[in-house]
Amino acid sequence: MLEIKNLHARIAEDETEILRGVNLTVKAGEVHAIMGPNGSGKSTLSYVLAGKDDYEVTEGEVLFDGQNMLDMSPDERAAAGMFLAFQYPIEIPGVATMEFLKTAMNAQRKARGEAQLSIPDFMKRVKEAAGHLNVSMDMLKRPLNVGFSGGEKKRAEILQMSLLEPKLCVLDETDSGLDIDALRIVSDGVNKLRGPDRAMVVITHYQRLLDHIVPDVVHVLSKGRIVKTGDKDLALELEKNGYADYVDAAA
Amino acid sequence: MNASVPIKHTQAESDLIGRFEAAKGVLTGSVAVTALREAAVSQIRDKGLPHRRVEEYKYTDLRAFMKSAAPLAAAADESAVKAILGGQDAFGGLERYRIVVANGAFLPGLSDVEALASEGVSVTSLTGELAGEHGAQLLASPKSAANDGVLALNTAFVQGGVVVKVKEGAEVSRPVELVHVAASAGAQVSRNKIYVAKGAKLRLLETFAGETGAGELNIVFDYDVADTASLVATRLIVGQSDTARLITSIATIGAQTEFKSLGFIAGPRFIRNQQFINFAGENSNAGIYGVTMARDEDLADQTLIVDHAVPHCNSREFFKTVLDGRAKGVYQGRINVAPHAQKTDGEMMTQALLLSEDAEMANKPELEIFADDVICAHGATSGQIDEDLLFYLRARGIPEDEARTLLVLAFLAEAIEEYGEDDVTEGLEARVRDWLAGH
Ligand SMILES: Nc1ncnc2c1ncn2[C@@H]1O[C@H](COP(=O)(O)OP(=O)(O)OP(=O)(O)O)[C@@H](O)[C@H]1O
Ligand SMILES: [Mg+2]
Repeated sequence: MLEIKNLHARIAEDETEILRGVNLTVKAGEVHAIMGPNGSGKSTLSYVLAGKDDYEVTEGEVLFDGQNMLDMSPDERAAAGMFLAFQYPIEIPGVATMEFLKTAMNAQRKARGEAQLSIPDFMKRVKEAAGHLNVSMDMLKRPLNVGFSGGEKKRAEILQMSLLEPKLCVLDETDSGLDIDALRIVSDGVNKLRGPDRAMVVITHYQRLLDHIVPDVVHVLSKGRIVKTGDKDLALELEKNGYADYVDAAA
Repeated sequence: MNASVPIKHTQAESDLIGRFEAAKGVLTGSVAVTALREAAVSQIRDKGLPHRRVEEYKYTDLRAFMKSAAPLAAAADESAVKAILGGQDAFGGLERYRIVVANGAFLPGLSDVEALASEGVSVTSLTGELAGEHGAQLLASPKSAANDGVLALNTAFVQGGVVVKVKEGAEVSRPVELVHVAASAGAQVSRNKIYVAKGAKLRLLETFAGETGAGELNIVFDYDVADTASLVATRLIVGQSDTARLITSIATIGAQTEFKSLGFIAGPRFIRNQQFINFAGENSNAGIYGVTMARDEDLADQTLIVDHAVPHCNSREFFKTVLDGRAKGVYQGRINVAPHAQKTDGEMMTQALLLSEDAEMANKPELEIFADDVICAHGATSGQIDEDLLFYLRARGIPEDEARTLLVLAFLAEAIEEYGEDDVTEGLEARVRDWLAGH
């Protein structure tokens, strides 16, 4: 589903290279975890996948269902099934959450040539998804993410993901800021979306998320490269020993 | 500059002086009114049209903009007025009464005179009142803008308008739309006096329809809000027009009153919307809001002076401007607090969103405070659409144009929501969308 080949990317503004040859293949139905020290380029990788133009790809390619994803605009990628749950979801004052959800869902449907959702159908979907994720209707009445606590923002991201039903889910530190109960609720929400036609890339620092969302493959990203790949036991080992062994290898 | 040295008149100024001579027969009024008209035209003759070296017009050079001045519009043909009113409806299905002023004159036949009378509102023609013994009072200038050039232009050429009186305690059940129709080409100059008596409540909608051709539009609204009364005035200046739109509000507000206004501007080539608000009684609140959209080479100017002449009054000024192309936005807002106007609370904010590199915003919020026990603040911001917000929306599948539209709407909604007249402002979102879509 996702093939990243020798991806090099730099910050457009000052040309600092952040990704230095990332190779990663994620097949439909798989869950991959990416771990790695602060500043190693995990969020940058997720932004490059989503199409943020602060970053410039200088080499390599990204194929999404065989299509060259780097040629697509962020909204085209989303309509094609790419979803990024942001590490730091942004507050957008003045944009009502419900209005935003409806606009986003219908925009994607339109891009895919599907019919617009009726209001009752839309409401039903939102209520159902919000119920599962313990997101109150009161939160949904507020402007998008405005005044949401850190954990509420993360839950709102997963709510959006559930409603948009993407093929490829990239979760950037969705666990940070969540309390123990919320972590379980959010993980359950994510696990519900697991399926043979969907792939996930889960960026995290902590093994505890991977207890809930058990990955098929674990990668270590260091200094803009994947320096180690293993199964779920790699996460346990990292938890115990830290990154020292791998970080040096990347230098 | 020596006042005795005659200025060299521009074409427009020569036209205006000629227009005055030609129109003497139609520009009626008492002896005192005629004297005011003569004085006003002398001001134009001596000082010319307001230009950039006059502080209040620094960014809005009417003299440079007005290349010529068309004659005053002739009396309107009622069927033409009807056709224009039928063709454009500023407030859609909103239930309301209507007062029609066309080509500068009140048209009682097209206005809801009787229905308004039954609600305690009388409407008469300004023209008749100008001939009466109190005629000159109807043309009084506000203290804070005694020599304003746009007001002088209005005084010299005012053709007519209405005098609206809401009687004591009357709470008018529906908004009243005062619509100015340009039924044929020519300058349209009118002045309207609105009295809201003690305890009365009026919601006014001010709209403008039709095309003035090469003539300017110069309209004055003079509100007199008595103690414990309430006036809410929503002004919609929309649609394309190549000549100057010059609109002035003068408000004198009594004790314990509520006064609110929204000036919504989208489209005209050159617009000056100026407001002079004077607190004359204590414990009153004024909320002055503005929403401006301008593109291409447009100039949109929102100017206001709020005089806190008495203690214990609150004013809130909140203006939003969206500029595209090479448009220029102007906000000049001044809060004056008199030495004895203690416990004044004034909060002024102007914010601009620039959609292009070449758009330009002149933000000039000012406080002039002579009392010591007051809370006053002002702020001004100017910026572009936040790329991170845009990216977030696009990452959810919302195409760029729609994402920009959402963010512009969100930006403007802050002021519209705070203004708070939901039934009246309901249609504004569609107008913003239209404007963004290039209409
Ligand atoms: N837009 C930007 N401007 C400047 N520097 C940037 C930008 N984006 C990323 N960087 C830098 O690139 C490096 C990688 O950042 P990135 O956010 O991808 O790290 P990360 O692996 O997600 O870290 P963390 O675990 O702390 O979230 C960091 O040194 C960061 O400061
Ligand atoms: Mg990160």
